[in-house]
Amino acid sequence: MDMKRRNLLKIAGMSAIAGVAAPSALNLLMKGNVQASSSAGHSDSPSDAHGEMPAEKPTGVRLGLAIDVKKFAENKGLAEKCVAACHQIHNVPDFGNPKDEIKWLWIEKFENLFPDHSHYKKNEELHQLPFLAVCNHCDDPPCVRACPTKATFKAANGAVIMDFHRCIGCRFCMAACPYGARSFNWRSPREKDANGKLKFIKDLNEKFPTRMRGVVEKCNFCAERLAENLPPKCVEIAASAQAMYFGDMNDPHSEISKVLKTKFTIQRKPALGTLPSVFYII
Amino acid sequence: MYDGGKIIVGLIIFAGLMTFPIWYNHGDAGAIPNVEKPKDVKECVKDTQYMRTTHMVLLNEWRDNVLREGNREKLKVGNKTYDRSLMNGCMVCHTSKEKFCDQCHLYASVKPYCWDCHFLPKETL
Ligand code: SF4
Ligand code: SF4
Repeated sequence: MDMKRRNLLKIAGMSAIAGVAAPSALNLLMKGNVQASSSAGHSDSPSDAHGEMPAEKPTGVRLGLAIDVKKFAENKGLAEKCVAACHQIHNVPDFGNPKDEIKWLWIEKFENLFPDHSHYKKNEELHQLPFLAVCNHCDDPPCVRACPTKATFKAANGAVIMDFHRCIGCRFCMAACPYGARSFNWRSPREKDANGKLKFIKDLNEKFPTRMRGVVEKCNFCAERLAENLPPKCVEIAASAQAMYFGDMNDPHSEISKVLKTKFTIQRKPALGTLPSVFYII
Repeated sequence: MYDGGKIIVGLIIFAGLMTFPIWYNHGDAGAIPNVEKPKDVKECVKDTQYMRTTHMVLLNEWRDNVLREGNREKLKVGNKTYDRSLMNGCMVCHTSKEKFCDQCHLYASVKPYCWDCHFLPKETL
């Protein structure tokens, strides 16, 4: 009797382990397959130099931006001009201290933008250049997955934009974005000084709303300008120096596609698999 | 019962005080809101009754059209075109929030927070 019970327990234990392990092992196998086939949509870009992305024909519009870093270096002050214009038309407040800073487009050092590149004995000039940083409008954006209210979402044209009305300020998206592309309004952008003048928005654009305290904001790829067939503001400013290119990366005849095909570009943190749509021509 | 009289008188005074607002106003809902209509525009995007009762639904719809569906096509009414926008649409004709929106909103004690972000330069800034 004793032996029998022992055997019974053994068998039961073994089958329990098998029962638990088999589906998860199967799942693991399946997942590997799915992952391998879903990282497409990026195949035409020179970013393939960084990681092997299997080729699959992309569909639909996918907006992209290429930033020619050398051109910005040649045209002193151009990067600052782009930032100022972007922030002016979107009523981005300037709180005057880095802790509360709101930024849609900003200037960053090379090593901060590309921390995963080796900086050992690197070209010194590169480290002095002004690099423009902006939301990458990732193809697989972690901020969208993190947002519980769907305030952050991916538009049909590939841009990752925000519906400020729906943002509850939980800041999950900020934690999820690996590029620091989002800012939180710790203070009201509408604070006024003693004369009743706005303190933090100097040159108000009356066509665009402000945000309010407790809302997250970021670059929206100038959705309001695209609707009127205008390029994003920064691209417009940089056009004279041919320092930025913008367009549908899935259209092989678009300017951006041609630029990406012919120039060497890098993306920020490509290994994370978020597939950024912003490219840097080095 | 001790002090029965006092308790009853107290109760009557209490009931009177509690219902004071009801009988003091006896059915008077206050002055009817007097909204200022735009001078040279006669037609809105929908008829008056619809706008009176349902403008907030319309605004929500516009918001979703424009922001989420990326459909910013303008509205055509008569020979005028409108942006589907509170700031750049509605307020082009209704130039005063105070004389239009606030009239009813104050009356009905409805406090929309549209103006925390959208604005009319003259009044809200
Ligand atoms: S850069 Fe950040 S905010 Fe922009 S789409 Fe990617 S994850 Fe989202
Ligand atoms: S802060 Fe706003 S946009 Fe960010 S995750 Fe929360 S609700 Fe979404």
